[in-house]
Amino acid sequence: MTEIQLVPQNPANGPIAAAVLSCAIGCFLLGVLAVAADGSKHLANALNFYHPTGPLSGVTTIAIALWLFCWAVLAARWRNKTLAFAKVSAFAFVFLALGLLLTFPPFGDLFLGR
Amino acid sequence: MEITLRELVTSIHGMLFGGFFLMALFGAIVLLLDRSNPARSNPDSTSAQPASRWQTLYLIAMVAAGWAAVLSGAYVIYPWYRAVAPAGADLALYPQRLLMSHSTTTGWHNFGMEWKEHVAWIAPMASTMVAWVLLKHRAAWNAHRPIRTTVLGFAAVAFLAAMIAGGWGAMIDKKAPVQGGQSFQLMGSTK
Repeated sequence: MTEIQLVPQNPANGPIAAAVLSCAIGCFLLGVLAVAADGSKHLANALNFYHPTGPLSGVTTIAIALWLFCWAVLAARWRNKTLAFAKVSAFAFVFLALGLLLTFPPFGDLFLGR
Repeated sequence: MEITLRELVTSIHGMLFGGFFLMALFGAIVLLLDRSNPARSNPDSTSAQPASRWQTLYLIAMVAAGWAAVLSGAYVIYPWYRAVAPAGADLALYPQRLLMSHSTTTGWHNFGMEWKEHVAWIAPMASTMVAWVLLKHRAAWNAHRPIRTTVLGFAAVAFLAAMIAGGWGAMIDKKAPVQGGQSFQLMGSTK
């Protein structure tokens, strides 16, 4: 991941940047997993954590686990840091937009060649 | 006047959890817009009053409702919706199979439900982050416009995701309602 440039003389915004970026990454991974499970029967079976719910159970459980893990790691790394928040925010909105788009079935189908 | 167990649980999922979450999220966005007003924020401030008790309870209830909506949807109602119908069964009790049985209604599942079941999760994830920043980092929120703008943007996306999920849920339940299970008498029958 691109190293975010430190900006001195501002109060630490690292914990907020960690929360924002990890949330966006979690939403992006949700979209990626949703499309991947739709395109691969093998992956869909692997993500079938709770049979009555089907692959949706694995897709969402993994995405939420990765979101929380990412949040914990970034929060620990950026606890006392002041980051260029505009850059973090831009990355976050790109991930969030891609996550939203990937949940939209016609967009996911484009990747799967349908 | 009767209601079945599945209809009751679906109503709790959509109207109680989902409905409250949507209304609360809209209220939170109004709160965020109000706090984003430069006249109300202090750019020189590095400290701020902690969130009031009612705001804390409000935001926690909002987030809880969001998670309750997606979890009840995915683990209670969705299994009823997608259950495989035995041969010769009444498809009215198997909404997904009912929708897939006619070319004019397959889109409600292939497009509507496929979108709803995934996009819905973005709403509680984003609103959890929004509530956490508002409750834990009020000073930074108060002092930095980029933080306010970003958090407001995530709240707006959470609202959009919840609107999409709630809207499709309501429409799909009109086409193929989740029903069945034990019946409860709500009021005495009239002649």
